[in-house]
Amino acid sequence: MLDRELNPCAGQQAEPTPASSARLELAGTGEWKRVSPKYVVVEIVGTVVNAVVVCGGATLLWLLLEQTWAMWVGIVVLAVSIINLVFEPRRVRSIGYLLRADDLLFRRGILFQRFVAVPYGRMQLIDITRGPVARWLGLADLKFVTAAASAGVSIPGLAEADAESLRDRLVELAESRRAGL
Amino acid sequence: MNKEPVARSRPPFAAPRTDLTDGEWHRLHPATPLLRGGIFMVAIIGFIIANLRERLIDLFIGEENYGGDPIDTIYERGATGWALLIIAGVLLVILVVFYLSWRTHTFRVTGEIVDVRSGLVFRSNRKARLDRVQGVNLTRPLIPRLFGAARLEITVAGQDGNVQLAYLGSKLADDLRRDILHLASGLRQAKQQAAAPAAPVDQAPVDQAPAIDGVPAAHSALSDFASARFHEFRAPELDPDAALPHSVVRIPLRRLIGSVVLSGFTVFLLLAGIGLVISVVAGSSGWVLVAVLPGLIGSVGYYFSRITKTLRFSIAGTPDGVRVGYGLLSTSSQTLPPGRIHAIEVSQPILWRRFGWWKISINTAGQASGRSSTAVTGTTLLPVGTLADVEKVLQLALPGFDTDTHRALIENGMLGGRKRNAGVADFYSNAPARAVWLRPFSWWRTGWAVSGSVALIRRGVLSRDLILVPLARMQGVRISQGAIRRRLRLASAALHTVSGPVTASLSVIDVDEALVLFEWMSTGAVRSALADTSHHWSRTTPPTQKASE
Repeated sequence: MLDRELNPCAGQQAEPTPASSARLELAGTGEWKRVSPKYVVVEIVGTVVNAVVVCGGATLLWLLLEQTWAMWVGIVVLAVSIINLVFEPRRVRSIGYLLRADDLLFRRGILFQRFVAVPYGRMQLIDITRGPVARWLGLADLKFVTAAASAGVSIPGLAEADAESLRDRLVELAESRRAGL
Repeated sequence: MNKEPVARSRPPFAAPRTDLTDGEWHRLHPATPLLRGGIFMVAIIGFIIANLRERLIDLFIGEENYGGDPIDTIYERGATGWALLIIAGVLLVILVVFYLSWRTHTFRVTGEIVDVRSGLVFRSNRKARLDRVQGVNLTRPLIPRLFGAARLEITVAGQDGNVQLAYLGSKLADDLRRDILHLASGLRQAKQQAAAPAAPVDQAPVDQAPAIDGVPAAHSALSDFASARFHEFRAPELDPDAALPHSVVRIPLRRLIGSVVLSGFTVFLLLAGIGLVISVVAGSSGWVLVAVLPGLIGSVGYYFSRITKTLRFSIAGTPDGVRVGYGLLSTSSQTLPPGRIHAIEVSQPILWRRFGWWKISINTAGQASGRSSTAVTGTTLLPVGTLADVEKVLQLALPGFDTDTHRALIENGMLGGRKRNAGVADFYSNAPARAVWLRPFSWWRTGWAVSGSVALIRRGVLSRDLILVPLARMQGVRISQGAIRRRLRLASAALHTVSGPVTASLSVIDVDEALVLFEWMSTGAVRSALADTSHHWSRTTPPTQKASE
């Protein structure tokens, strides 16, 4: 369906993007590694919980305190959440990472695209975290922390074994390319 | 109270330069506990005086007061002896605690680390690796400065990782800074071996470690002491290699005052004043005035502190990095070894444009601890200066970035733009004209360039900014694009650096250009990091192994 055309990561190597593409598209990077498809569940649960909490609060405000504006807030949140849910699978598929010779590439987003490159030598530490839902699914988030305030690359939804092996690989790569701060 | 430790101090060393870097444990200035606890003591004295003020009034004016005074109560109950005993006991305890805390507060400097341990009950031990030193700050707050003491702070990366040597004798702190920087630079001086036998008590065990005193000698006459203090006061930068640090920039007082007055704060103040006048004219009651007046008085203090803090600004190149000095009453001088600057921003607020003034801020990994005001001065490399000043400071901050091409790049970045010099080569890769939809005023100044191992970003028209990022220090690069930018075939980009006042981001850039930038920056970051040897900046050949881990 539409997916393959819209999601640039689905089969991008088949047709090299023309120079006139308005999208951000890195050429000649090789195969992006994907996160686990099960990560969709984590995102969906998160969105649903969020929507339930906000909509529930808004409903209470509306019904008990007769604040009409709360109803509109609730409706907007609900609509945004539903749209989010529809796009969730594609968004998860857009998350990718790539270990190049000297740096780690990371990408995510369809509508709001983001590419980050972090040299291995800048690694300060690697963090692996597991949320409750992710743990139930056997997933883990890996965070590559640098000295910069914002440059942390966070790869969500890796299978636990993958996360650990990726961590070891990254630490090893960082050791061999260690640079001062 | 500080007399007692001073009396114990030994004669000054024969070769004071390198005595402290022998790896043995040493002590701080004897007056340290007094200076560190100074504010606390002032508070106690203030409390006592406040309690006794009626008695004092009574003493001087001779009017009868009506009891409620603790001393009266004590006197009436005949407990004077006990009270005096308690006071003496408290004084004794304070003295002993001060003495012990001075005894236990020791430090040592070896070839690899600076190590400080302190604390009576809760022992703390703090080490800084010399090859990770981000800067060495020498601060002389007003009161310690009167005592001839100074605080030496070795900043390392991280929020709270600094090692403080507070307080040291003034001269000694200067020498120690030099030695620490020499050790950190990888240049182990032969002087150390030469001086070691001459020093009398080098092999002394820890508990007999010699006292560190900047006071020339305990037995010196008071006039000697006073004149020494006076000279130090007049020349806060007592550098042994005197001729070398010669400030490249001089800020006239008028320019300094002008720059502080012509700030956003003044605009805010004027707006507030106009609002106030309107509200009074419109007939509101006086409470607005009462509410605003303290703020106005406070703002005078703000101007005053801004000006005194930046007075006597100096910046100079030394073999061990850029040295920035500040301050009239409390002075501070910061040494940034080469390669410790992560991002530089040259900017010109719109109010300064008529005068052609610029300021330079930097990001460094180590933030000097202390109040926010010191943090501000710690990230300013030039509070206000002309175009020529900016050029000189940038030469210090980015050594080797001073060919004609580089100078043209800098000048274009500060003043130029795509529109202005359409015919002339601009060196910058500029945002396309369609960026006008997102940046209606500044699109023509938005551009980037890479030269050697430095990335340059030019942006802003209200406040003109030029940002320079040494690629060897860059932490990562990001490009991103949202729906609106996609329609316009634009993207945004950011170079990640350590946190600080400078953010190296580019809000509009052509899509294809963004990809080029991404590629250039990511490969450039790796390449320049490999060529970088600034963790031991004096070694001429690059070390065979990285970072001596």
